[in-house]
Amino acid sequence: MATAIDQLRVDLLSQVAAAASSAALEEVRVSALGRKGAITEQMKTLGQLPPDERRAAGQAFNALKDEVAAALEARKAGLESAELEARLAQERIDVTLPARPQPDGRLHPLMQTWDELVAIFGEMGFVIAEGPDIEDDWHNFTALNIPEEHPARQEMDTFYLQEHDGHRPVLRTHTSPVQIRTMLTQKPPIRIIVPGRTFRSDHDATHSPMFHQVEGLVIDESTHMGHLKGTLIEFCRAFFGIDDLPVRFRNSHFPFTEPSAEVDIGCSRKGGGLTIGAGDDWLEILGSGMVHPKVLEYCGIDSTKYQGWAFGMGIERIAMLKYGIPDLRTMYDSDLRWLRHYGFMPLDVPSMLGGLAR
Amino acid sequence: MKFTLGWLKEHLETEASLEQITDKLTMLGLEVDSVHNPAEALAPFRVAYVIEAKQHPNADRLRVCRVQTADGEIQVVCGAPNARTGMKAVFAPEGSYVPGTGITLKATEIRGEASSGMLVSERELELSDDHDGIIDLSASDPAVGTPFAKVMGLDDPIIEIGLTPNRGDCAGIRGIARDLAAAGLGVLKPAPYSQSVPGSFVSPIGVHLEAGDACPMFVGRYIRGVKNGPSPAWLQRRLKAIGLRPISALVDITNYFTFDRARPLHVFDADKVHGDIHVRFGKPGEMLEALDGRTYTADETMCMIADEKLGEAFGGIMGGEPSGCSEETVNVFVESAWFDPVRTAATGRKLGIHSDARYRFERGVDPQSLASGAEAAAQMITELCGGEASEPVIAGQEPAWKRSFGFRPERVAQLTGVSVDKAEARQTLEALGFTWQEGCQGIAVAPPSWRPDVHGEADLVEEVIRVHGYDAIPIVPLPRLSSLPQPAMTEQQARRPRARRALAGRGLLEAVTFSFLPKAQAAKFGGGENKLTVANPISEDLNQMRPSILPNLLDAAVRNRNFGQRSGGLFEVGPQYRDPSAGGQDLMASGIRWGQTGPRHWAEAPRTVDAFDAKADVLAALEAAGAPVANAQVAAEAPGWYHPGQSGSIRLGKVVLATFGALHPAILRDYDIDAAAVGFECFLDNIPVPRAKGGKSRSLLKVEPLLPVERDFAFLVAADVSADALARAARQADKTMITEVSVFDVYTGKGVPEGQKSLAVSVTYQPRGATLTDEQIEALGAKVVAAVAKATGGVLRG
Repeated sequence: MATAIDQLRVDLLSQVAAAASSAALEEVRVSALGRKGAITEQMKTLGQLPPDERRAAGQAFNALKDEVAAALEARKAGLESAELEARLAQERIDVTLPARPQPDGRLHPLMQTWDELVAIFGEMGFVIAEGPDIEDDWHNFTALNIPEEHPARQEMDTFYLQEHDGHRPVLRTHTSPVQIRTMLTQKPPIRIIVPGRTFRSDHDATHSPMFHQVEGLVIDESTHMGHLKGTLIEFCRAFFGIDDLPVRFRNSHFPFTEPSAEVDIGCSRKGGGLTIGAGDDWLEILGSGMVHPKVLEYCGIDSTKYQGWAFGMGIERIAMLKYGIPDLRTMYDSDLRWLRHYGFMPLDVPSMLGGLAR
Repeated sequence: MKFTLGWLKEHLETEASLEQITDKLTMLGLEVDSVHNPAEALAPFRVAYVIEAKQHPNADRLRVCRVQTADGEIQVVCGAPNARTGMKAVFAPEGSYVPGTGITLKATEIRGEASSGMLVSERELELSDDHDGIIDLSASDPAVGTPFAKVMGLDDPIIEIGLTPNRGDCAGIRGIARDLAAAGLGVLKPAPYSQSVPGSFVSPIGVHLEAGDACPMFVGRYIRGVKNGPSPAWLQRRLKAIGLRPISALVDITNYFTFDRARPLHVFDADKVHGDIHVRFGKPGEMLEALDGRTYTADETMCMIADEKLGEAFGGIMGGEPSGCSEETVNVFVESAWFDPVRTAATGRKLGIHSDARYRFERGVDPQSLASGAEAAAQMITELCGGEASEPVIAGQEPAWKRSFGFRPERVAQLTGVSVDKAEARQTLEALGFTWQEGCQGIAVAPPSWRPDVHGEADLVEEVIRVHGYDAIPIVPLPRLSSLPQPAMTEQQARRPRARRALAGRGLLEAVTFSFLPKAQAAKFGGGENKLTVANPISEDLNQMRPSILPNLLDAAVRNRNFGQRSGGLFEVGPQYRDPSAGGQDLMASGIRWGQTGPRHWAEAPRTVDAFDAKADVLAALEAAGAPVANAQVAAEAPGWYHPGQSGSIRLGKVVLATFGALHPAILRDYDIDAAAVGFECFLDNIPVPRAKGGKSRSLLKVEPLLPVERDFAFLVAADVSADALARAARQADKTMITEVSVFDVYTGKGVPEGQKSLAVSVTYQPRGATLTDEQIEALGAKVVAAVAKATGGVLRG
């Protein structure tokens, strides 16, 4: 009997080892352990054995049964892993193929700069004020102490619309009329910035008939040129991201401010290029000054009680300086190649805490 | 305004360096635009002595010169006919760049004789056109090695400042010197040419003022027996340095005082003047040939200097050719007058003449300078041209200029943050020519006659602080109004960045285009009315305020397509204009897409853009901008520039929030776009402002624990039934149980009768409290079918 069991073990284990697939292995299992399987069949013969042999043979059959079951289990795991390997090999893809196209829009660098301005000045307590692009002479000139005969009011510098109902509207030449509109409707303290479109009759490599300005206005009882200087130095350094950026204030003249100052930032022109930062040269970037008492009076603000300051700068200019955009005119060309190159990702929202720009 | 350092020093006694002077000028508000020293280009050229000039052995016209230079003896082969032994000449050494020839010199051999460097002519140094021979300095006999620039007096830096329009006084060098002296950079010298010239006879020419305020005062001086000719070298050199062409002594003298003292003068050839001078307005159609050789037509607003026959000059702008001075002039009449700035500017603009006189009169010439200007001219003319001066002819009187303002020294600190004591303020203002009077009423400060720009205390503060120095203004942080900043934008203002970021997030590129466009284009987009036409456009392409942003974007699409960008998408968030009133401007978020939805791709084929791309853009922009999109209705109505069958509008009641759709084929044909193009326009201002009360809290989310059930229905409906109407009807069939209806198929063709379409919807039932039984589901389905049938006439497709 023992030899028969040994023979059966050798047969069955070699069948298990030879099974090449899960299906073949299942056949082996059925033929070995099934109700009509070899072991089962053999065990049926136990009854014919003498009792003393029967016990030993029974134990031997049970051990064989366990051994075959274990071999089946091990073989099954081996086969499954091989089959998975084969499947994975077959499912291989070329991961270097491009991913499916995703929306890839960009924001205009000019408008991104606009958002940066709002982020910086917003942090300093300024709020946005707005006004119409089509203005009247009074808001654009008269109330800003620009007299009738001033060259800026002539047609060679300023766009006018055709006369209509006795009025000749003007395309605002600066964002300053919004100062007037704000002072006429709000009581001090006032702290506003005014980004917006402006228009001047000029068209060449460095002038566009339409461009953007940002205006700032602070009015209260005691704010002075020191605050103007502090605010603008902080702005320039934050905007250009240069902590030690030299900023210079020098005397100038504007009809709507007195005293007036132009503001320069440090730069270097060594080697033909222009680099913003500490250097041997200066670059003018904005005009500013204490609001002229006449302007306050035009707006019904008592100039013996209140005072304030204002500044204005070209958004195109500072955007070009910061982002190294060489030609003003390309700003308005809507060239897809340019917009993809100079544009900003939609989720890049400028903020002082999260970073102005990357 | 240009001047030289040497000229400045005629008025300013100073030890300051050029750099200190230019830095100070800029800080004083007299911004230095450029500094140029002509000596720099002439630096290599020095005086040399020709020890011997002998005939070249192999060339008739050449000489071999032994030249004593600063660096020793050198042999130079020279072709100039005037090269001779014993002369002093100008030597350009080997390695120097000769500007007139554009050549850098190298040692060479000329016909067998070694030659190093060259002896140069004036033309070779670009000093004049003279090329008859080399420069001969024998007469002045400067030492060998002396820089040639120094010999010629060219070692004088030229400074150009950008003058702000308020500083007419600094259109004269004396005014600049006065500012520098006040700022501590030296002492203002007494003005040269300020002696009075006694008159020895009565001028035969009288002056009559007939133009009122246009010319309130005129001082004339008749000088007889002058000899006109070239002015002396020093005067010519100064004028040339600042870019003026010397003409003749008489004319050069007037130009000299124009720049020296901001005192424009004019000289008439007295023998060409008929009778007395009359200052009058122009006569309509009156013509005058001006000194620039052009003929101009006067009108009755222009102030003219005339004689008894003709207009002879445009007052304050330019003299006339007929009475101009020439080499033959023997008797001159000098004009020193005052012309109204506003009228002068207007006349200058009308005539299109930019002259040095106009530049000064329109900024305001010192009303006290008439007599002194005439004296200075008389002195210089008699000095340089001889002759005898008449007694002055004085007509009219100075325009009023005297005024004074209260000044509180503490206002300097209040406005600028810098404490300047009273003594310093007084010293500064007095140095600038202001007068200071202290009385029991306080301090009164009167500006000098040459400062018409000063109108009040703030101007006085500016004078004090600009001289004290803007660098002293402290850097003070702006105090916070609250410890955390408030939002910089209102809800409405925040729509702009939100819409922009949403649209860029959908793959569109942001454009910024002009607010104006050609009128003809505007007309195709609902605009083009005269009230929005630019009266003085820069070109006909930019003559109308845009009624829509789409035409500009279409223009951009055309340009991009020409650059090979066959597909793309652009948007702009900006204004469009309905009328010229303050409220006639709408903030829009508009965009277009053209061509295909994307590039060709191995896994996904792009498709042609269609109205639904534009609809998705619109909804994204509106939603980002805060519009209640779920409550909005879509109607198949849109303006005429859209395809009438493929466009729509999104509304809240009667308010149009946006329009979108395929663009009209006729528009695309106009723009020459042979591809599909769709567009959209969102009226951001039309979005209702959410109510402030209630805070930011969201409504409570109720999640049903039971699984929803989905059932699909396909209906046959008439072709003109909108999907939206059908979906709404299905949704209304049971408001509590039906939570969602979505259209997932639209079909026409085989199996669907002509004039009908099949619309398939998926309806979601949400069981509440207990699972739905089959019967309940059946009943809900029947309700849906009945509701759709009632609303749209649709029947369940078999």
